Amino acid sequence: MTMLSVQDLGVSIGPIAPLSGVSFQLERGEIIGIVGESGSGKSLTAMGIMGLLPLIGGQIDHGTVEFDGIELTGLSENEYRKLRGGRIGLITQNPMTSLDPLKKIGPQVDAVSRLHLGLDRAGAKARTVELLGDLRIPEPASIYHLYPHQMSGGMKQRIVIAMALGADPDLLIADEPTTALDVTVQAQIIRLLGDLVKQRDLSLVLITHDMSVVAQTCDKVMVMYAGTAVERGPVQDIFDNPKHPYTKALIGCIPHGLSETVRLKGIEGTVPGVAQYPSGCRFHPRCTIAEEVCTRNVPVFETGAKRAAACHFALEAAQ
Amino acid sequence: MILKYSIQRLLMIIPVSLAISVVIFLIVHLLPGDPIDNLIRVGSSPEDRIALTAKYGLDQSLFEQYFLWISQIMTGDFGQAIVLRRPVADLIAQNLPYSLQLGGLAFLFSSIVGLILGIVAWASQKTWGEQFVKGFILLGSTVPGFWLALLMILFFAVNLGWFPVSGARDWTALVLPVLTIGFGGIALVARVTRVALLEVGREDFITLLHAKGLSRPTILFRHLIPHALLPVVTILALRIGWILGGAVTVEFVFGRPGLGSLLIRALGQRDYPVVQGSLLMLALAVMIGTLIGDIAQAAMDPRIREATK
Amino acid sequence: MTSAVWNKLSGFAPFRAFSSAIGIVAGGFLILLLLVAFFAPWITPFDVAAQNLANANAAPGWPHIMGTDEFGRDVFSRVLYGARTSLSVSATAIAISVSVGMLLGAAAGYFGGLFERAVMTVVDLTWSFPDILIALIFVAIIGPGLTSTTFAIAIAYLAQFTRLTRAQIVRLKSETFVEATINLGATPAHVVLRHLLPNALAPVIVVGMLAVGDGIVLEATLGFFGLGAQPPTPSWGAMMSSGTAQLFISPWVIIYPGVAVAATVIAVNLFGDELVRALDIRDRVRS
Repeated sequence: MTMLSVQDLGVSIGPIAPLSGVSFQLERGEIIGIVGESGSGKSLTAMGIMGLLPLIGGQIDHGTVEFDGIELTGLSENEYRKLRGGRIGLITQNPMTSLDPLKKIGPQVDAVSRLHLGLDRAGAKARTVELLGDLRIPEPASIYHLYPHQMSGGMKQRIVIAMALGADPDLLIADEPTTALDVTVQAQIIRLLGDLVKQRDLSLVLITHDMSVVAQTCDKVMVMYAGTAVERGPVQDIFDNPKHPYTKALIGCIPHGLSETVRLKGIEGTVPGVAQYPSGCRFHPRCTIAEEVCTRNVPVFETGAKRAAACHFALEAAQ
Repeated sequence: MILKYSIQRLLMIIPVSLAISVVIFLIVHLLPGDPIDNLIRVGSSPEDRIALTAKYGLDQSLFEQYFLWISQIMTGDFGQAIVLRRPVADLIAQNLPYSLQLGGLAFLFSSIVGLILGIVAWASQKTWGEQFVKGFILLGSTVPGFWLALLMILFFAVNLGWFPVSGARDWTALVLPVLTIGFGGIALVARVTRVALLEVGREDFITLLHAKGLSRPTILFRHLIPHALLPVVTILALRIGWILGGAVTVEFVFGRPGLGSLLIRALGQRDYPVVQGSLLMLALAVMIGTLIGDIAQAAMDPRIREATK
Repeated sequence: MTSAVWNKLSGFAPFRAFSSAIGIVAGGFLILLLLVAFFAPWITPFDVAAQNLANANAAPGWPHIMGTDEFGRDVFSRVLYGARTSLSVSATAIAISVSVGMLLGAAAGYFGGLFERAVMTVVDLTWSFPDILIALIFVAIIGPGLTSTTFAIAIAYLAQFTRLTRAQIVRLKSETFVEATINLGATPAHVVLRHLLPNALAPVIVVGMLAVGDGIVLEATLGFFGLGAQPPTPSWGAMMSSGTAQLFISPWVIIYPGVAVAATVIAVNLFGDELVRALDIRDRVRS
């Protein structure tokens, strides 16, 4: 059963168009990884699905986002609010700044179940304490009364996850959930997310810049570059047989380490900014197999197929 | 915990105000001129002068005068006004209520209206509402208070005859002074509120609150405003001395009694004990303001509470 | 040709403050005001001190477009001349305040320790004390007049520049280029004067410019109390002071100098904002 279907999504912020041509599908119980360097449009994709673009002065320019049969793009703010936090949960990148520092963490988690499940104060508290326990937080009943600054980064990220799970959602969107954490904690959080998907039969959009995380956890993957999707497919296929030169380079980089800069050492040049997107295929200035056609024509990214690669030479590259 | 912190901070006022009392004492005795000049009648002899100087202890060394003064204050005695010939404590007690009345009302008025305007400006970004508040902030923080007071008198008191021109007879005499001080106060509070809201609004946790499905009003009232209040409370607390003493221009224009007026009059007459007494009161007000601000910060922000443990 | 000149000028950061409509209007007004202040003795239509009791308290009209005061003196001429008094007093005062404040703040920030604590305690105390009271007390000590007004304003704003400079120095001190200079064996004086102060300069200058606006208000207030410029020298504050008695007879004697003060301070603030934007120092002008 299809949980989320994004077709040719494009985003504009004022006169600029930082995101276009994003398409993927996600079934119940599946994890899709969205990978790319910073500035590739991963977070904008997440904000677009959550309907939070107005917060940064942006809007969905074209394309459709269908969640469990509901078309989200035309939804009123009130209808959207019921889904947000209720059926779709968001996990943000930096747990240090994602909790209100003036409020105790317990009530911050309570807010979700009280709003979406209509629980009373006591019911919400009981649910929160149970949730914290499920997330392997020790002594949840006393943790409930702490303020964010009294907790470690890993603990805070679990609180953020608890908030996302507060109303038993069907879909989780995790935007680089481990980037700001210590390496050892990163692995725990990723494992926790994987377990949650299995136990609760969730769907998860996992945004990351780390190909090795994708390899360990995801069923599908979509690779993004300079504000557009370049390749998509089942994880196994992509790793065994990458069709886009950028994907190939990304995979080739894995053994070099974890940090973004080291990992991408294999690709010459840098990701262009929104104002300097090249004509034709946006990857062509850094591509080793680019030809004249790449500077002129934008390669097609198939929306429906299981496998897609936005490259004029995708087939050749595959063979 | 807050209580313990408050008591600690309260005790800190004692050494600081002692230090301030020395500074005030020195400043006052640096003033050229002699209060006795104002007391000497035409034709009185040099002996009279010496007698008067001795009567007010002005013939003693600065050191002795200071200790006499400070030990009297410990017992609540601010000394005797030389020119006005009354206990300084009486003069202060007579003038302080007027300052508190005007200052308190102006304070409430500026905080409430300023907060509302700041929130309006934030909520109406990129529309005429924001432009209006920004214009008001610019005017309120630049127009000289005494000039505004004069215009108010001209328009509301003379042309329309709604309020008295001057004095402090009843509440109607308070309206124009409160409006005058409020004009600048509102601008200050509105500016701080607006900037604070804009800054907090960019924080990650606000995005996450939206992602939880909370409505905009809930986010504004439960989360944004408490954060915006932190700097507003600090600035308001710092302004308590400002409102009590800085009201001097407005008191002057409207012919109102008050601490500021008392100080200015005493400065002109070189009435040392009165100048000392009213300056000390103002310094105390400033310190209490800072204290209230710090305690309010600790009460509102758990991170500061932690740091003060 | 003109475009080449423009390119050259726009390369100079402060000039970019003129790139918006507000910047042009506010900056243009200030330049005009400076010219008026400078050439005041030659351009006022009437003698600022010439009394004409037969024509006292005349309403605005021709030839006295802003009317006359209780001595029959031309208000418009006096407003023009008042710009000279107000601007020079305020600018001189702030220049003193900035120089002394920068030295104090730099010393406090650089040396730290007990010296810093002593300086900052005094500074914080005066900072939370109403500036008008500080100025009034100071004028009471050394007597009324333009010189004491200038020093009173300088002292009233000293705390602000000391705080600001110290904040800049403390921030800069931790940056690598300063550490590197110290490691290379530079003396403290060299580090402060050649490296720290020049870097702290831009925000201090801009805040100083904004303070000239506040200084004009303070000068007017002291003048209003009769403690600033002494007659017959026209200053905006002194004009309003003598005008109070005539408030109900000839309000224009009060209104026009006040408009001049308000317009000048607003122009200073608007242009200051544009300057902050042009120099990109928004985060640094707060102390």
